Amino acid sequence: MNQRKRIHEGDRASIMLKEISALVDGHIRLMEVCGTHTVSIFRSGIRSLLPKGLELISGPGCPVCVTPVGEIDRAIALAQIQDVTLLTFGDLMRVPGTSSSLNQERAVGRDIRVVTSPLDALEIAQGEPQRRIIFFAVGFETTSPAIAAAVREARRKRIANLYLLCSQRLIPPAIRALLSSRSVKIDGFILPGHVSVIIGKTPYSFIAREFSLMGVITGFEALDILEGVYMLLRQKKEGRSEIEVQYTRVVKEEGNRLALEIMEEVFEPFDARWRGLGVIPESGLTLREEFKEMDAALVFDIPYEDRKDPPGCLCGQILQGLKRPLDCPLFDTRCTPENPVGPCMVSSEGSCAAFHKYGAST
Amino acid sequence: MKQSKILLAHGAGGKLSHDLVKELFLPFLENDILCTLDDSAIIPTEGPRLAFTTDSYVVKPLFFPGGDIGRLSICGTVNDLAMAGAAPLGISASFILEEGFPTQELERIIVSIQQAAREAGVMVVAGDTKVVERGAAEGLFITTSGVGIIREGVEIAGSHALPGDSVIINGPIGDHEAGVLLARGEFSLKGEIESDCAPLSGLVQAMLDACSDIHVLRDPTRGGLATVLWEIANASKVGVIVEEERIKVKTEVRGMCDLLGFDPYYLANEGKLVAFVPQQEAERVLDAMKADPLGRESAVVGRVVDENPGKVLLKTRIGGHRLLEPLSGEQFPRIC
Amino acid sequence: MCLGVPGKVASIQGDCAEVDFGGIRRTVSLLICPDVREGDYVLVHVGFAIQRLDEEEALETLNLFEEIERSYRESTEEDT
Repeated sequence: MNQRKRIHEGDRASIMLKEISALVDGHIRLMEVCGTHTVSIFRSGIRSLLPKGLELISGPGCPVCVTPVGEIDRAIALAQIQDVTLLTFGDLMRVPGTSSSLNQERAVGRDIRVVTSPLDALEIAQGEPQRRIIFFAVGFETTSPAIAAAVREARRKRIANLYLLCSQRLIPPAIRALLSSRSVKIDGFILPGHVSVIIGKTPYSFIAREFSLMGVITGFEALDILEGVYMLLRQKKEGRSEIEVQYTRVVKEEGNRLALEIMEEVFEPFDARWRGLGVIPESGLTLREEFKEMDAALVFDIPYEDRKDPPGCLCGQILQGLKRPLDCPLFDTRCTPENPVGPCMVSSEGSCAAFHKYGAST
Repeated sequence: MKQSKILLAHGAGGKLSHDLVKELFLPFLENDILCTLDDSAIIPTEGPRLAFTTDSYVVKPLFFPGGDIGRLSICGTVNDLAMAGAAPLGISASFILEEGFPTQELERIIVSIQQAAREAGVMVVAGDTKVVERGAAEGLFITTSGVGIIREGVEIAGSHALPGDSVIINGPIGDHEAGVLLARGEFSLKGEIESDCAPLSGLVQAMLDACSDIHVLRDPTRGGLATVLWEIANASKVGVIVEEERIKVKTEVRGMCDLLGFDPYYLANEGKLVAFVPQQEAERVLDAMKADPLGRESAVVGRVVDENPGKVLLKTRIGGHRLLEPLSGEQFPRIC
Repeated sequence: MCLGVPGKVASIQGDCAEVDFGGIRRTVSLLICPDVREGDYVLVHVGFAIQRLDEEEALETLNLFEEIERSYRESTEEDT
């Protein structure tokens, strides 16, 4: 499907980069909200090709990075219960909790398994009725409708041994919190392509309307990102502050209405804590009343404790775009991918992990 | 040694595996030969130099498209000898069998070993069998050791890469590990990818016939291409630049990697080698490789430079660049 | 923060589809994207189709490339 694109990719990219360079006038700071964009920008080599004066900073769109330590600890505590099987996406396996990680707990015999879909949880629950299956639900709006659909299916199939440990978050409230704090200077946003497949364009309108900033909903291939950056620079040149869609092949203005309905049927927003950013109003998802019997946090009565971030860890400020990985004294000294101190290093798409893996100096 | 318990990641072939060897094994066992940490040990004698190596095979499932644990146990060890430039002389095979293992399957595996040994031009000359209680071995484990002879004038080692050298690979990467993962039926994926499991002894001898001055040979097994390039860059204290466009990945392997969030540069191969050869010899070596059935898709994929010693740079498809780091732990399937 | 992979719908069984990704297949849920037919391309995340792709649009990533290329040609012509 991508054959034709790949043949001319290098040439097209060259031309686009030249046009981008021509449009850069002075210093411009763009925030790529989404961790997958951070990784794509590095992996494609775009970061090494951007003109001086165009600065890209990473934002808080890394669900692993923003999950508080206390929530990891809680998942570990649940996994330590005899008849519990904890299911998680692979991204969370290596995140350090206060004294252990899911991967280390698995190594000592806890029943912790990696799944690639929330529907796997249903299959496992049905196949092992004597176990209590807890699905550690992490992700943004791209993932929550799928999790909601799985919850509805579990109900329909009368699966009684499946629970959810809710740790999902929402993107627009986080962007609003960043902008309201007025501590970060940003000219525009590279907005997350796949979150937008679900939520569409409207939830970002406040960025233009209330803060007079620009945003372009962008895809993840190298050419998508270059086109997204081009569209932002073009807006700046023309003096516009709008929300535009670059990723038109999958992002519709209204998003995926059915997915949103299903998500809203099962989950409701609440004031969630984000690692490094504190509590953000209406930014997390929790199960609605009708589904509370599946809520692991209630059923299993394991208290949530706020944990302090390790001393010296700058992840909080990095997630807000206030500091870069290289500014952190722990970067590559005490904090490495093998022995991460903070979440930005452990997540596959954390800013620090990306910098370390793909080259800070390139 | 930082961790108090062994993790699966310690066996993944990346940084943690390295740390395990350096921090736990070498302090007690170190000697000049072991410390090169090359694929084979090179042992001087009064006559020709010997290459000597050993490997254990714990692959699951035991049978997969393109091979099985038996074929793997011969090819893996023959290839380690080949990476020292050695023609294989003899292989030993030790089996740890689980009580209850079907003898019919064991026979399939032994026939496979016979076939692989024939392809490699080597004999299995010694063996051992042990049986352990049900549950202790997951079917069976095989350990093979191999001895080979290195011809006069051949000086191949991880530390021998020189600026100006061409980097050559004999085909697409990632097939073996992708094939095995699919065969396990994990992650709800269906399809068939054939492992590239094959003995490279013939290919290497043809390469040495074309050019006796090959500097480095290494097979990118656990940890993948990125890890071995990094190991060589560090052992030789040189920089390595490779081009994304020239490194081939099969469509199905790419598809699987996209779905799971895996990176093909870190997937194990069992029928591939990376060669560092003097630039002026590259054409001749390439011709010799392409004449061999296991080298038809050989290509120059990069070069060695003075700058950034110890670092591997990937020139991307769009003309940018990024670092290629060694594998850190296990690769887990990602959703982000 | 989201791996979304495009694939082609090979067959549909109820609320699921067999989707092909360059030769690798996965069973994908259509629960949040039901209006899909055999031969369609879908974007898949965590085992769910989350949107249909228009095939022609899918093959041609860039809407603006013509505009960009024109601008580039004009500026390089000016230089010569």
